[in-house]
Amino acid sequence: MMPGLSHYLLLAAGLFGIGVYGVLSRRNVIAVLMSVELMLNAVNINFIAAAKFVNHEQIVGQVFALFVIVVAAAEVAVGLALIIAMYRHKKSVNLNDFNLLKW
Amino acid sequence: MSLNLIVFLLIAAVILVAAVGVVAFKNIVHSALALILSFLGVAAVYFQLDAGFIGLVQILVYAGAVSVLFVFAVMLVMDRDAGETNLVNPRTRWIGAIIALLLTSGLAAAVYLTKWPQMQEPFAGDAVRQLAGLLLGDYAVAFETAAILLLIAVVGAIILAKGAEE
Amino acid sequence: MSLKFFLENAWLIALLPFLSFAIIGLYLHRWPKISACLSIVSIGISLVLALGTAFAVFATKEGVVYEAAMRWLDMPGLRVDMGMLLDPLAAVMLIVVTLVALLVQVYSLGYMHDDPGLASYYAYQSLFAASMLGLVLANNFGQLYIFWELVGVCSYFLIGFWFGRDSAKEAAKKAFITNRVGDFAFLLGILFLQLLFGSLNYGSLATALEGFNNSAVLLIVALLLFGGSIGKSAQFPLHVWLPDAMEGPTPVSALIHAATMVAAGVYLIARAFFIFSASPEAMLVIAVVGGFTALFAASIALVQNDIKRILAYSTLSQLGYMIMAMGTGAMSASIFHLMTHAFFKSLLFLAAGSVIHALANEQDIFKMGNLYHKMPVTAGTFIVGALALSGIPPLSGFWSKDEILAGTLSSGHIFLYVLGLLVAFMTAFYMFRLVFVVFFGSNEAQGHPHESPWIMTTPLAILAGVSVVAGFPGSPLMHYAFGHYVNSPAALHVVPGALTMIISTLLALSGIGLAWAMYQQKLLEPRLLVDKVPQFYKLLINKYYIDEIYAWIVARAVDATAAWLFWVDINIVNRLVNNIAFFTGRSGETLRYTEDGQVQSYALYMFGGIIVILAAALYLGLPG
Repeated sequence: MMPGLSHYLLLAAGLFGIGVYGVLSRRNVIAVLMSVELMLNAVNINFIAAAKFVNHEQIVGQVFALFVIVVAAAEVAVGLALIIAMYRHKKSVNLNDFNLLKW
Repeated sequence: MSLNLIVFLLIAAVILVAAVGVVAFKNIVHSALALILSFLGVAAVYFQLDAGFIGLVQILVYAGAVSVLFVFAVMLVMDRDAGETNLVNPRTRWIGAIIALLLTSGLAAAVYLTKWPQMQEPFAGDAVRQLAGLLLGDYAVAFETAAILLLIAVVGAIILAKGAEE
Repeated sequence: MSLKFFLENAWLIALLPFLSFAIIGLYLHRWPKISACLSIVSIGISLVLALGTAFAVFATKEGVVYEAAMRWLDMPGLRVDMGMLLDPLAAVMLIVVTLVALLVQVYSLGYMHDDPGLASYYAYQSLFAASMLGLVLANNFGQLYIFWELVGVCSYFLIGFWFGRDSAKEAAKKAFITNRVGDFAFLLGILFLQLLFGSLNYGSLATALEGFNNSAVLLIVALLLFGGSIGKSAQFPLHVWLPDAMEGPTPVSALIHAATMVAAGVYLIARAFFIFSASPEAMLVIAVVGGFTALFAASIALVQNDIKRILAYSTLSQLGYMIMAMGTGAMSASIFHLMTHAFFKSLLFLAAGSVIHALANEQDIFKMGNLYHKMPVTAGTFIVGALALSGIPPLSGFWSKDEILAGTLSSGHIFLYVLGLLVAFMTAFYMFRLVFVVFFGSNEAQGHPHESPWIMTTPLAILAGVSVVAGFPGSPLMHYAFGHYVNSPAALHVVPGALTMIISTLLALSGIGLAWAMYQQKLLEPRLLVDKVPQFYKLLINKYYIDEIYAWIVARAVDATAAWLFWVDINIVNRLVNNIAFFTGRSGETLRYTEDGQVQSYALYMFGGIIVILAAALYLGLPG
C-alpha cells in the first residue's frame, strides 16, 4: 500500500493542530511565531500533495508552495524585527505584557 | 506495507514529534532546534512527493535562513534564565489545547469524509522545467511581485530592527 | 426675419426673464435701479418676441401649431420633456402675460420707488414672468406642473414681500398651503395620466384618450386635475387665500392675483379640455363650482369696504365665471374672458394702487371721496376698467361676458344662465358703488391727494386703451376671429344673440343706476337695507365665516391628530428607542470585557469561530 493523499492531509492536519496549540498557549512571542511557521508548513504539505495527486499535468500546487515560502520568509523577517523593536521598548517578549489595546 | 509507506510514517513521526517539541520545550533554544528538525522532515515529505525543487528550497530557506533568524532573535532578546524562556500561558493553556484538538479532529474528519480523486499516473516529465515555465510564464507577475515583497520586507525589517533615530 | 424665427425661438420668451432673475439675484441686488431696468428690458423683449410669435401663429387661416421638445428626464415609466407648444391659445396667453407683466413692472417703478427691497422685488417679478411663460409654453403636463409650482412659489414670495408685517407673512403662508391642497390633487391627476396612458404630452394624450371609454376613471382623473384649478384659480372651497393675498404690493395683486397666475387654472382646463370634455360629469362639476364661486364671491364683494378686497372678490367672481364657461363647454368664450379680464382687472388694480399710493396706504373706501378732480387720469382709467368689467358696450368685458352667457344658455343650463345674469348685475353694482364712493362721494379724503407720476399713469392709460379694444377680436366687427382661432374640437362656440346682449346691458346699466341712486344721490340709504336683513349682512361681511370654519376644523383635526401622535411618540416610539439604546448600551458594557488586549484571546475567538464553521460544514455536508 502506497501512502495516499489522505495520509498527507492527515499529517498536515496534525501539524496544523500543533501549530494552533503553540499559537494559543505560548507566552513567548518568538515561540508563537515558530508555531505560525509550523502551520504554514502544514499548508505547504497540502499544496505539494495536491500537486501530485489531484492535478499533476500542471504542478500549480508547487508554485503556490513556493510563494507561501517567500511570503513566510518575509513575514519572519518583519515579525522578528518587530519583536526586537518591541523588546527595546518594554524589555520583554512576553505576550501578556502587551495589552494596551483593551477595553 | 510498502517501503514507501514505512518511510512516510517514519518521516511523519519525526515531523510531529519535533513539532510537539517546538511547543513543549521550556527552553526557546531547544524549541528552535526542534523547529529545524521539523522543517527538515517536511523537506523529506516534499522529496517523497516528487517535489525535489521545493524540498531544496525548504531546506535552504526554512532550515537555513529562517531558523538562523529565529536563533539570532532569541539571542538578542534573551535576558533571563534560558530554561524559562518558553513558558506556557496559564490562562489559555487548556482552552488552547481543546481548541487545537477539536480543530485537528475536525480536519481529520473532513479528510476522511471527503471522497478524494484516485491517484493518477506519476508525473514523468521534468518537474523543475515545468515549474520554471509556470513561474516565469503564467505566474510571472506574481513572481515579480513576490520579489518586490521580499525587498520591501528586508528594508522594513532593517528599519524596524534598527529603531528610529533620535 | 421670417416668421419661422419667432416660432423656433419662442423659448426665449420665457428664458429672458429667467436670465434677468438670475443676474439680478446673483450680481445686481445692490443696484435696484439697474435691476429694475434689466427686468423691464427683458420682459419688453419678451413682449416683442411674443407679438412676433402671435403673428406667426395667426399667419394662416387655421392658425399654426408648432411643437418642439427636448428630453429632460427619462426613466422607465416616466418621461418628461422640456418643450413648447405654440398654438393660438398659447399665443394669446403669451401676449396677455408679457403685456401685463411689462406694464406692471413699469408701474412698479413709480409705486415701489422708495422700497428698500426693490431689487429683490424685480427679481421675483422676473422669476414670476419666466415661470408663467414657461407654464404657458409647456407641451406636457410634467413641465406644466413644474412651472405651476414655480408660479406658486413666486406668489408666495411676493405676497410676503413686506414680510415685516405679520399679516403679510400669514397671508403668504395661507396662499401657499391652500394651493398645496389643490396642487396635490393636480399631481395625483398627472400621475394617473402617466399610469393610464404612458405619456404626459398633450398631443399623445389626446390621441390615447380617443379609444378610452372608462368614464369612472376619466371622471376621477378630470376631477383631480380640476383640483389644481380650484387651488390656483381660487375657486370655492379653496378660495380663501386670494382675498388675503392682497397683503402683497398692489402691482403684484394686479399681475399675479388678478391677471395671470390665477388664470392659470382656467388655462389648465383649456389645455386639458380634451380630457374634461370627455367626461360630462366632470364638466357639470366644473360648471357648478364655477357658477357657485361667481355668485358667492360677488355677494361678498357687495359689502366689503377695503378697495383691494372688493377687487379681489370681484376677481374670484370673474374667475368663477370663466370656470363656469369652461364647464358648459364654452372654452373659447372662457379664454376670451380670461384675456379681457386680465386687461381690465389689472387696470383696476393698478388704478386702485394709484389711489392707495396717493392716500398714503389708505384702503378703506369710506375714508376716500371726491378724488375725481384731484386724480383725473386715475379716476378716468378706473372708470373705463369698471365699465369694461360691468359689461357696457362696446368695451371688452361686454363681448366676452356675453359670449359666456350665450354659452351657458345654449348648453342648456338655464339655471347657470340666470345665475350669470345675476352676477353681471351684482358686478355692475359693486363696481360702481366703489366708483361713486371713491371718486365722487361727498367725503373728503385725508391729506392732500395728488395725481400719480407719469410712470404710473402711462401704464394705466395703455391698459385702459387695451381694455376698450381687447373685445373686438371676439366681436362681429372682426367676424369672431378669436373664437375661430382659439378653439377645441370638443368645445362649443356660440355667438351671443341680440337678446342676451340687450338683457346683459340693461342689467349692467341697472346695477350702475342702483349704485348711483344709493351712493351718489342717497335716494336709498344703504343702512336701511342692512337693517332689513341684519343676519344676512353679517354673514356677507364675515365672508360666510368660511375662514372661521376652516380654522375650527383644522384646529380640531390638528389637535386630535397631534394628541394621538404625541401618545404614540411617547409610548411606542420613545419607549422602543430607549429600550434599544439601553439594550445596546448594556450589551456593549458586558461584551467589552472580552476585548482584553491579549492577542491570544483574539486568536482563541478566531479559531473557535473556525471550528464552528468547520462543524457546520461537516454537518451540512462538505462542498464537492
